[in-house]
Amino acid sequence: MMIDVESLSVRIRAFDILRNVSLTIREGEIFGLVGESGSGKSMTALALMGLLPRVMEASGAARLDGIDLLSLGEYDLCALRGNDISMIFQEPMTALNPVQTIGDQVAEVLTIHGKADANAARKIARDRLDRVGLSHIGLDRYPHELSGGQRQRVCIAAAIALHPRLLIADEPTTALDVTTQAQILDLLKDLVAEENMSLLLITHDLAVVSDMADRIAVMEKGVIVEQGDTAQVLRDQAHPYTRKLFAASAHQPDRTATMIDDAILRIEDVHRHYPGAREGFHRGPPVRAVNGVSFAIQRGESLGLVGESGCGKSTLTRTILGLDPLTSGQITLNGNPVSPTMPRAHRADMQVVFQDPYGSFNPRWRVDRIIAEPFHLLGRKPAPSDIAEALEAVRLSPEDAFKYPHEFSGGQRQRIAIARALITRPKLLVLDEAVSALDVSVRARILDLLAELQDQFGLSYLFISHDLTVVRAITDRVLVMQAGEIVEEGQTEQVFTAPNHPYTRTLLESAPTLEIPA
Amino acid sequence: MTRLPPALLIGAAITLIYAIIALISLVWTPYDITNLQVSNRLQDWSATHWLGTDQLGRDMVSMLMEGARTSIAVAIVAVGIGMAVGVPLGLAAAANRGSLLDEVIMRGNDLIFAFPSLVIAILITAIWGPSATNAILAIGIFNIPVFARVARGGALPIWTLDYILAARTAGKTRTRISAEHVLPNIANLLIVQATIQFSLGILAEAGLSYVGLGAQPPTSSLGRMLSESQTMIYSDAWLAVLPGLAIVILVLGLNLLGDGLRDALDPRLRRARG
Repeated sequence: MMIDVESLSVRIRAFDILRNVSLTIREGEIFGLVGESGSGKSMTALALMGLLPRVMEASGAARLDGIDLLSLGEYDLCALRGNDISMIFQEPMTALNPVQTIGDQVAEVLTIHGKADANAARKIARDRLDRVGLSHIGLDRYPHELSGGQRQRVCIAAAIALHPRLLIADEPTTALDVTTQAQILDLLKDLVAEENMSLLLITHDLAVVSDMADRIAVMEKGVIVEQGDTAQVLRDQAHPYTRKLFAASAHQPDRTATMIDDAILRIEDVHRHYPGAREGFHRGPPVRAVNGVSFAIQRGESLGLVGESGCGKSTLTRTILGLDPLTSGQITLNGNPVSPTMPRAHRADMQVVFQDPYGSFNPRWRVDRIIAEPFHLLGRKPAPSDIAEALEAVRLSPEDAFKYPHEFSGGQRQRIAIARALITRPKLLVLDEAVSALDVSVRARILDLLAELQDQFGLSYLFISHDLTVVRAITDRVLVMQAGEIVEEGQTEQVFTAPNHPYTRTLLESAPTLEIPA
Repeated sequence: MTRLPPALLIGAAITLIYAIIALISLVWTPYDITNLQVSNRLQDWSATHWLGTDQLGRDMVSMLMEGARTSIAVAIVAVGIGMAVGVPLGLAAAANRGSLLDEVIMRGNDLIFAFPSLVIAILITAIWGPSATNAILAIGIFNIPVFARVARGGALPIWTLDYILAARTAGKTRTRISAEHVLPNIANLLIVQATIQFSLGILAEAGLSYVGLGAQPPTSSLGRMLSESQTMIYSDAWLAVLPGLAIVILVLGLNLLGDGLRDALDPRLRRARG
């Protein structure tokens, strides 16, 4: 047993964060720690690194080769971090220092621990960067010059610079696109096999651990409810919470809405180009963010738009919402042209729900004022009954109107966002990654709600997401977007089972799948 | 209710005491400072003149009270001018980021920034003559780009948030969004900046009055008192030390208040404490 955590408990004042967490990680194995937000999985990792905030008290033991990490002082922990145990994080954008070159940041790990002088450290840094697949990237490059996936590779290179015994990866691919995620996961798997290290993989995504881990532990509210060999845990699902997680991950909302063959939104040969980057007094060639896109959404239809970051789906969304002007082409909503100057009354036919349940509301506004904001489009004041109806439609209570957004959980906030979108009785709802930031169980309930509302109000959905599982569950038809163009379009099931375009095939192959072993 | 930081309390107390003294001086001072009694000049501290009299026989307590009032009034109005003009400019620049309007506003700011307030004051005095009003104008103009920058800097990250997009899909204009969504969320930044500019305004007024470009006799101001007493610094040091001390304590109090407010209003720090 290399890592041996024995009844680890962490508390802050009277509040338990971890209770009796016990787990063992063997030499050279991948150990998956799965749970929803707030389950304590990241706290377990921080306890192993000795990085718990000071206000927290830890009891129990966390041993590395028999040495109790909890009893070590800061000086000994510093010698250990990065050396025996190292860690990578979810956000490669913020995990690197933007004013230091990537070479310096990898070499720093070696010089801090006195393992090499500056020159030798740079040589080793080069070697480590080559190892993580960045042989074509110079040491003198800065983080902003790299893509998200490349930055995560730099973080990995720094983490493995000293050949640690254990690498802790906390949601390492959650912020990345599916194709990049697949590459990073492959890299981690290779490193574990070749570098003789163990990997503690922390994630909310059951599909990722089922592909990767030798053994997994399922956490709920600071307690490990189940652990064992991956295949066995997936097969038996002994604990009800594990079953619940599985059910939610594969949740298929019951869709009863009927489609009418009459386009609510029509997009014809839409182009949106940005001026190119300034090069001295000249500008580079224009960026064709959206390049000749055409499609239509029928009444009562649910249309999915999938693509990776930078494919132009955000730009397309903003033009559909009438926030950005078109370079050329035409968008009509309910027969009326869409543009930044369109009349307010026409805008009322379309509303939007965003991804981030925290950034979606002015924190200083009360819920009643928040959800009444779209009434501006109708030119009249909302009646209290309008607000109560909207809240009840999303299964919140009318009293919630008098609270502030911070008093709600992520899932409840997303319900408030949907209530705000519904209050003008729109015909089209644009759902921009609307469930991507939610835990699987919350996500399943929101998807159910969306399916019910579609039937109840005869809504059309434009469902924009990078998450293929969700798109498959909630849409009738799907569009695949790449580099500003729609490369594939078809009935959802057909596209998912028999993709035509090579890019669609790559996307589908990259997406981790949750398969329960027989 | 979380515990307030001591710096905030001390700063607020000092500022409040000065404000009360300045208000009292509007209706009452121990002696009339326009009444010169040269026979009473340069008296020591006594029961009749608590802090003595100056070279023209004016009561020092009364002089300090009136002086503080002038300084505070000049600084308040100057900060008011800076906020009233600067904040809308900054909000407009942020709402139209990257546009010609943004460029014009921000480059205009740079232009004003390039002139020290003293140069602006000399310019204004050269045209309209020295007075407290013109000192206010000079300091006020200097405050405009400060508030424009703070407002724009605070507003830019807010413009990227989803609730702004939601407000735009609700058909609201940029001006309305700036007023309803952006301004309330940068108010704490502006309040903190206002206290800092207020203390700088006190210093600027003192500096302008010292070189004779601010308040004119018979108006007393802390800066004027300094300049009038400088020739007697070896014989009657208190005449210079007292107004100097009054400036130092007020500026210190305002700075403590500004720092304290920044800590108390910063949501990140608030969360860490709560």
